[in-house]
Amino acid sequence: MSTELLSARSLFCERDDRILFEGLDLTLNTGEILQIEGRNGSGKTTLLRILSGLSSHFEGELYWQGEVMGEVQEAYLADLVYIGHLPGVSGQLTAEENLRWHCALHPSLDIEKIDYAIGQVGLRGFEDLPAYQLSAGQKRRIALARLYMSEAKLWILDEPFTAIDKVGVAAKEALMLKHLSCGGSVILTTHQDMSDHMPVRTLSLGEPQEIGDE
Amino acid sequence: MSNQQTSFAKLFVHTFKRDLVLAFRRKSELVNPLIFFLIVVTLFPIGVSPEPQFLAELAPGLLWVAALLSTLLSMESLFKADFDDGSLEQLLLSPQPLFMVVLAKVSAHWLMSGLALTLVAPVLAVMLFLPAEGMPGLMLSLLLGTPTLSLIGAIGAALTVGLRRGGVLISLLVLPLYIPVLIFGSSAVQAAITGLPLGGYFALLGALLALALALAPLATGAALRISVSG
Repeated sequence: MSTELLSARSLFCERDDRILFEGLDLTLNTGEILQIEGRNGSGKTTLLRILSGLSSHFEGELYWQGEVMGEVQEAYLADLVYIGHLPGVSGQLTAEENLRWHCALHPSLDIEKIDYAIGQVGLRGFEDLPAYQLSAGQKRRIALARLYMSEAKLWILDEPFTAIDKVGVAAKEALMLKHLSCGGSVILTTHQDMSDHMPVRTLSLGEPQEIGDE
Repeated sequence: MSNQQTSFAKLFVHTFKRDLVLAFRRKSELVNPLIFFLIVVTLFPIGVSPEPQFLAELAPGLLWVAALLSTLLSMESLFKADFDDGSLEQLLLSPQPLFMVVLAKVSAHWLMSGLALTLVAPVLAVMLFLPAEGMPGLMLSLLLGTPTLSLIGAIGAALTVGLRRGGVLISLLVLPLYIPVLIFGSSAVQAAITGLPLGGYFALLGALLALALALAPLATGAALRISVSG
């Protein structure tokens, strides 16, 4: 049984005099991966930021489990993990310190699982190093470690596999499948091909239109 | 309900500790306001006049202006690093109230700027020949006034965090709001020297602090949303 988790109706977003999307409808059901496709600059990140509630530069309606987003914002945020373009990892803090703070911010993250998550993303042995001493891929792994600790229903991931090696990508795909089987959903953007066995639905964003270009 | 309250308290404590750890690891931010305070105050006798009587007359205003400017200078860094590494986005996506996080961040910031300035001020006051009677007035007025400066400054810092060069804009936005604190703060020191009652000044500084404590975190939170949304 799949039920509707997140939906958007007639989204319109304009940026720097270009229409990124217009009349965009989108539905995400439980147990589903939605991949947003499009060229660079087609508005993928902007769409994810709108869906996560970070950006309010848009017109249209968002619904969470059938209710208007504005009224259930808090419940929505409690059920959301968003990993954006910037990993949200402070360079001066170690992996564990970073994750601890995230746990304080998001009650849906399980603080008991920090150690497990660090092991799962392959950062064992790097716990005591400040993040700025780690490689770009390792920093992203700190951000992704949150997925192992989360009980949230919806994951919004913006280019989650940037700088992640092949073994890491395979592990994340397995993690996503597990998440889906528990009734979760994922919205992501990626330029890498996902494995064929992943139940991915794609949404393509067209080229941005110049205003007055009709 | 009590469960929720403990989670708010946990959020406050975690954020407060995180910011203190961050400040101690980036030493320059910790020391900059203090050095600025020291430099401004030491340059005055050299640049204007080393005459003890003249300096004693200048001291209340000078110490307050220097403390105000060095707080202002340190405000820019309040949200900058978090904005640059994406922590600010995560903070805004928390289902927990933004008010608590902002309050925790400002408190940690004040501990390392305002409180440090308050503790250093008597040493510099001696250097400026401030009469001993003025010391309690100076310390107490700074103790009540600098948190207000940090809270108001946070609004400016939040509004300008998304801009590439926000420093000057913070000053323009925030300085007018700093004026009442400066007036009552330095008047309190003057009054302490001349032996007038201080209660009224402290009541006004306290009222300003209470107002800032209740409203500034709300305004800062809203400003952060605007900055990140852009």
